[in-house]
Amino acid sequence: MPKLPLEGIRVAELCPIWAGPYACMLLADWGAEVIRVENRYHFPVYTRGMMVNTPELLAKESAGYVAYNKPAYKPEISHNLFTLFNAHARNKLSMTVNLRESKGVEIFKELIKVCDVFVESNSPRVKEELGITWDSLKEVNNKLVMISMPGFGSTGPYKYYRALGAHQEGFGGHTYLRGYTGDDLSSTTTIYHTDEAAGLTAVFAILSALRQRRKTEQGTFIDMAQGETSMPHLAQAIMDYTMNGRIAEKMGNRDYHGAIQGCYQCRDVKGKWLPPMAGFGILEQQEVVDTWVVITISNDNEWEGFCKALGNPEWTKDAKFSNSLSRFRHHDEIDEHIGKWTRERDAYEVMHLLQDQGVPAGPVMDEKDAYHDPHLRARGFFEELTHAEAGTHLYPGLAFRMSGTSNSLRTPPVRLGEHNEYVYKQLLGFSDEEYAILESEGHIGSQFDSKAVGGSITFDGSD
Amino acid sequence: MPEQALSDVKILDLTWYVSGPYCTKLFADYGADVIKIERPNGGDPARKMGPFLKDDPHPDKSGLFLHLNTNKRGITLNLKTSTGQGMLKELVKDVDILVESFGPRVMESLGLDYETLAEINPKLVMTSISNFGQTGPYRDFKTSEIVTFAMGGAMNSVGLPEREPLKKGTGTPVLFSAGTMAASATMIALYGAQIQDIGQHVDISLFESQMGSIDRRMSQLIAFQYNNEITPRSDPKIRRGFPFGIYPCQDGYWEIAAVGSQWPAVGKMMNMPELITDPRFNSPLAQMMSNSVGEFDAIFIPWCFEHPKKECVTLGQQSGALCGPLNTVEDLLNDPHYQDRGYWVNITHPVAGELAYPGAPFKCEDMPWMVKRSAPMLGQHNEEIYCEKLGYSQEDLVKLRESEVI
Repeated sequence: MPKLPLEGIRVAELCPIWAGPYACMLLADWGAEVIRVENRYHFPVYTRGMMVNTPELLAKESAGYVAYNKPAYKPEISHNLFTLFNAHARNKLSMTVNLRESKGVEIFKELIKVCDVFVESNSPRVKEELGITWDSLKEVNNKLVMISMPGFGSTGPYKYYRALGAHQEGFGGHTYLRGYTGDDLSSTTTIYHTDEAAGLTAVFAILSALRQRRKTEQGTFIDMAQGETSMPHLAQAIMDYTMNGRIAEKMGNRDYHGAIQGCYQCRDVKGKWLPPMAGFGILEQQEVVDTWVVITISNDNEWEGFCKALGNPEWTKDAKFSNSLSRFRHHDEIDEHIGKWTRERDAYEVMHLLQDQGVPAGPVMDEKDAYHDPHLRARGFFEELTHAEAGTHLYPGLAFRMSGTSNSLRTPPVRLGEHNEYVYKQLLGFSDEEYAILESEGHIGSQFDSKAVGGSITFDGSD
Repeated sequence: MPEQALSDVKILDLTWYVSGPYCTKLFADYGADVIKIERPNGGDPARKMGPFLKDDPHPDKSGLFLHLNTNKRGITLNLKTSTGQGMLKELVKDVDILVESFGPRVMESLGLDYETLAEINPKLVMTSISNFGQTGPYRDFKTSEIVTFAMGGAMNSVGLPEREPLKKGTGTPVLFSAGTMAASATMIALYGAQIQDIGQHVDISLFESQMGSIDRRMSQLIAFQYNNEITPRSDPKIRRGFPFGIYPCQDGYWEIAAVGSQWPAVGKMMNMPELITDPRFNSPLAQMMSNSVGEFDAIFIPWCFEHPKKECVTLGQQSGALCGPLNTVEDLLNDPHYQDRGYWVNITHPVAGELAYPGAPFKCEDMPWMVKRSAPMLGQHNEEIYCEKLGYSQEDLVKLRESEVI
């Protein structure tokens, strides 16, 4: 079997929440040995759950990206059953060490000696207080590539600001640009685009540095402010301001570049999906579910395709819909016509009718749609993994492929301290006796200490 | 100044619009030699997309294009002609990476598929960015910013329960994300290929870049597997504890999350120490009482209206409350933090003049981000590339122009 491209690269991950862990996930997916460094005496709120040994009552109420695995739920293993964590933790290893003790920091430095990359996304205060800044770590390993990727970077007046991912979106200008047209901004719901942007950009940064290291034989330090990775994604709004002094506003679902575009309601679907069988649900006629389709009509060709898909109804022949500018002026009216047409149809049916005529359209896919989607199934996107405590499930797989290297998910989301034996004994050379002592001292274990201090709910996680 | 990290990387860029050009921009800004190939008539369609300088639609005044194509050299080439295809094959001999964002069948129809190009340059890393990937039943489907997010991303859970699901912000942030992923995937492929001495073909699907996104989608997909539950849209005004969420203030909006143990920070921030011990608010249980939200809002919202968002955030941060402003683009450009970090960079373009652009997405002394040139005008570097690199003469260029190859 051909080697994965990052085989032989070892990464230490000291990261809360999503941005840093997502970067490390992509490195692990493509062959790097990623070791999560975790602390039994510091509970990272949100990263590994809501609290130490979350009571079952609370866990049963959890939902969405902060849900627990409810069928397998036991409070004492709750940190291994959390969806926010298990989304990025496949293919990784986990070790525990108490970094609040100097002995723990010494062990961490031993690990750094045998690592190529150190990724951390905490508030800058954390590395300063623990004494694991670049200045001290380069003394330990001068070939180390270290990236610090807190919300605001390692310099500047907001260096020590503390914020949630939601606030980061506000700082970066994205929240102001989202929401229903005409609605008060305080009803805008949260997204986490910056986690995505920062995680993706960090992989590029790390690989650039590793490539550089092959030439210089020297490590380096990368200063990343998460907000600075997502602002370039808002180019249209930013450039309109720098060029024209115009302050861009939210546009609902409309297109910045003048297409006819929207999200339209489709036929209600009756049904509720019951527990997955081999990963796929079974339908029970029970509950009415609303479904939606999105459509973009950018030019005359797509407009003609759209009209054809609808069977060229009379309304489309009105002169006011004959060119793109005039269509844009009558967008509301077109929306009404489209809405009436889609309301009687299934979202997938609308997609096929329009795509057959070359018009971009697709269903707003909920989770069950995704698992049933024929395209994702044909490409084998979802992969089955068996987790010792969570059971066997399908997980979202590789986000991209390479023709020259067959690849698939290797190991399930990592459990706390799952690889302590490997890391301490094989990698760092501790003896069985030393290992037993470290275990009795609390460095090594597979559960959080019941009195572990809950880190604040910041995305920097460790204040 | 050290040499740029990617100064030894040569890239042929056949991409257009947003995702592909953002991928190659990341490379170019860190030193890679990127040759952007545009079709002779009109070039990259992004040149026709706004915003335009002074609202004047002009191929060299599109802010979108200017931003996406910094540090690239631009040439024109008609790949539908066999002469053009031959010239591309010449250019491929000497590059490390080729990035393209045509539909999945196009490169093959031009006789420029990966297998053919790999015969010419076995070490080539080719990245193909497409709407739904190189294989599968949707491979020929069209997409857009909203279609990519609706099908791939977590759109179903964005917005209010009784309203339609909502896309991400004004512009095309999802397509930019896909471009960022393409850059990282290409770097991973290049790193491995150079060590293993092989070539590689990377398949980037915009759809799957969102299906595999950390922005809620993967967690929600796993939650469905675990619990058979779909993540619905929820009303942000239904709060468990306060202050939490987006509030209006004197000059706009700001967002705060200071629930539970952070309550003392709220009294400190508002300079109302009596709140810290107020039994109506000072415990999670008290905050869950039905009338407490209204009573708190009656004190808090008037306080917000007395302060501009920046002041709200400064007071909040000083008191230990997690918070941030809802910045407009004007706020961003004038923000002291990003100015202090030198984030905004002025770039002068021969037609568009001097403008501020977003700068380095990461900083590293040994790997400088630099602007060596502004975005190319259509065919600006034809002579430089074709004559100096491929050895064509001036007369040859005239003939190629006449036959509409360049």
